[in-house]
Amino acid sequence: MSHHSINVSDVGFAYPDGTVALDGVSFDVGHGESIALVGANGAGKSTLLMHLTGFLMPTRGSVRVGDAPVTKGTLSDLRKTVGMVFQDPDDQLFMPSVREDVAFGPMNLGLPAEDIDGRVRAALERVNAAHLADRPPYRLSGGEKRAVAIATVLAMSPSILIMDEPSSALDPYARRKLIELLGTFEHTKIVATHDLDLALDLCERTIVMRSGTITADGPTREIFADEELLAASRLEKPFRMQTCPVCGSASR
Amino acid sequence: MPSLEEGLYDLGRLDRLAYGGTAVHRLDPRAKVITTLVFLVCVVSFGKYEVVAMLPFVLYPVVMAAEAALPLGFLLRKLVAVAPFAVLVGIFNPLLDREAVFQLGTFAVSGGWVSFVSILTRFFLTTIAALVLIATTSFSGVCVGLERMGVPDVLVTQLLFLYRYIFVLGEETMRMARARALRSFGGKGMGLSVYGQILGHLLLRTYARATRIYRAMLSRGFDGRVRVLRALDFTLRDAVHVFGWCAAFVVFRLYNVPVLLGRLVTGLIS
Repeated sequence: MSHHSINVSDVGFAYPDGTVALDGVSFDVGHGESIALVGANGAGKSTLLMHLTGFLMPTRGSVRVGDAPVTKGTLSDLRKTVGMVFQDPDDQLFMPSVREDVAFGPMNLGLPAEDIDGRVRAALERVNAAHLADRPPYRLSGGEKRAVAIATVLAMSPSILIMDEPSSALDPYARRKLIELLGTFEHTKIVATHDLDLALDLCERTIVMRSGTITADGPTREIFADEELLAASRLEKPFRMQTCPVCGSASR
Repeated sequence: MPSLEEGLYDLGRLDRLAYGGTAVHRLDPRAKVITTLVFLVCVVSFGKYEVVAMLPFVLYPVVMAAEAALPLGFLLRKLVAVAPFAVLVGIFNPLLDREAVFQLGTFAVSGGWVSFVSILTRFFLTTIAALVLIATTSFSGVCVGLERMGVPDVLVTQLLFLYRYIFVLGEETMRMARARALRSFGGKGMGLSVYGQILGHLLLRTYARATRIYRAMLSRGFDGRVRVLRALDFTLRDAVHVFGWCAAFVVFRLYNVPVLLGRLVTGLIS
């Protein structure tokens, strides 16, 4: 099995208070695939992401990332393989300056100082944020924060990128830039989102979740064309697949 | 009483001052921290009735602020904002200590008034020195300096996080206060109990955020130690800064410079 693959089989999880968040979730992700994870609030998307990063352990079933099962013993390897971009960049940017924040991961990997410098620069350039290096994170705009948060993860050179609501709270321009940026990544990607247009742009495959189970898993276009399924999952067709309110024609 | 918003804004402004590029800004943080520490120790170790001998110390913050092009008006306003604390500490001295120590014309000045002025002078000197340190070094710079000087990692990390999230927490508090104000129509709303609720809520949110931050740290390989990437270079220039100023402080502390100067001048005249 490749480094970049994920295998989730029959995973169930209940929070300590008894709330069942996942109930028999199974899917496979192959090398380089880009997957959108969609569903209503509380469908279990975030809980599932927490399993892929080893913050939660399944009460039933198993999760494998790369060649190894996710267990307490494999966590440190797992975290080198999987990079997670959190929903709120303020949670992810905790160091006094952007440069130090991006360097945080590579320094924990124990890399020599010259390598760290190079990685930080490359990661920041990748997200077009090289000019922000010396700024403190709390002085950045929402779009800049998001870009830097992605850079902090890229600097670790992960094989798999996991993102929770990457386009939330961004203005349309920043969102467009983000989509363009993510489109250039060759990592295996899993994106949890309510932004179905973003899913349409970035992900060839979509997994739909409802109350802790997977209700559909297939090509993004087919899934978004299934209005019955979307309605049952509290979703709506992406705007681009809806008819134009002025001329009445569908854009594509 | 300045509002929370103004407080946050001023904190931000103080922080931005630290991005200057003057010679003072470029000094090694350790040099500035050590010099400021020696300054503080010298100032607070003066006797309780001493005022005049402390005056030469004002040289240090003034010279530093001038060289770093800090807006003195802003720093002085910050001083005034915290001055009530110092006044409160000293205000009872004139009442408790009424023994006359010297005559000013026909007025007998009591020891209480002298010690009150002494407290205010100390407050002024120590606070402005601290403000100048932060405004030329930045809070995180001071933290890095402390870490390199052997201050325990745990403490430095706490300070760094405190400073990083004071803005986030402040804004969160502000939003909640606004949400309350919008629905209380200028009145007290439901009074004090609501503030209790708000505080409790903030605590819970802080706890949730701390969990998320910790997860973000773990997912980037955090192993209990925050490593700071910042090469510090203690050069000859820094050494000169430390030794020059510290020598001056010791001289100011051991000899009453204004009195000596006074004698010298009167000696020259007569």
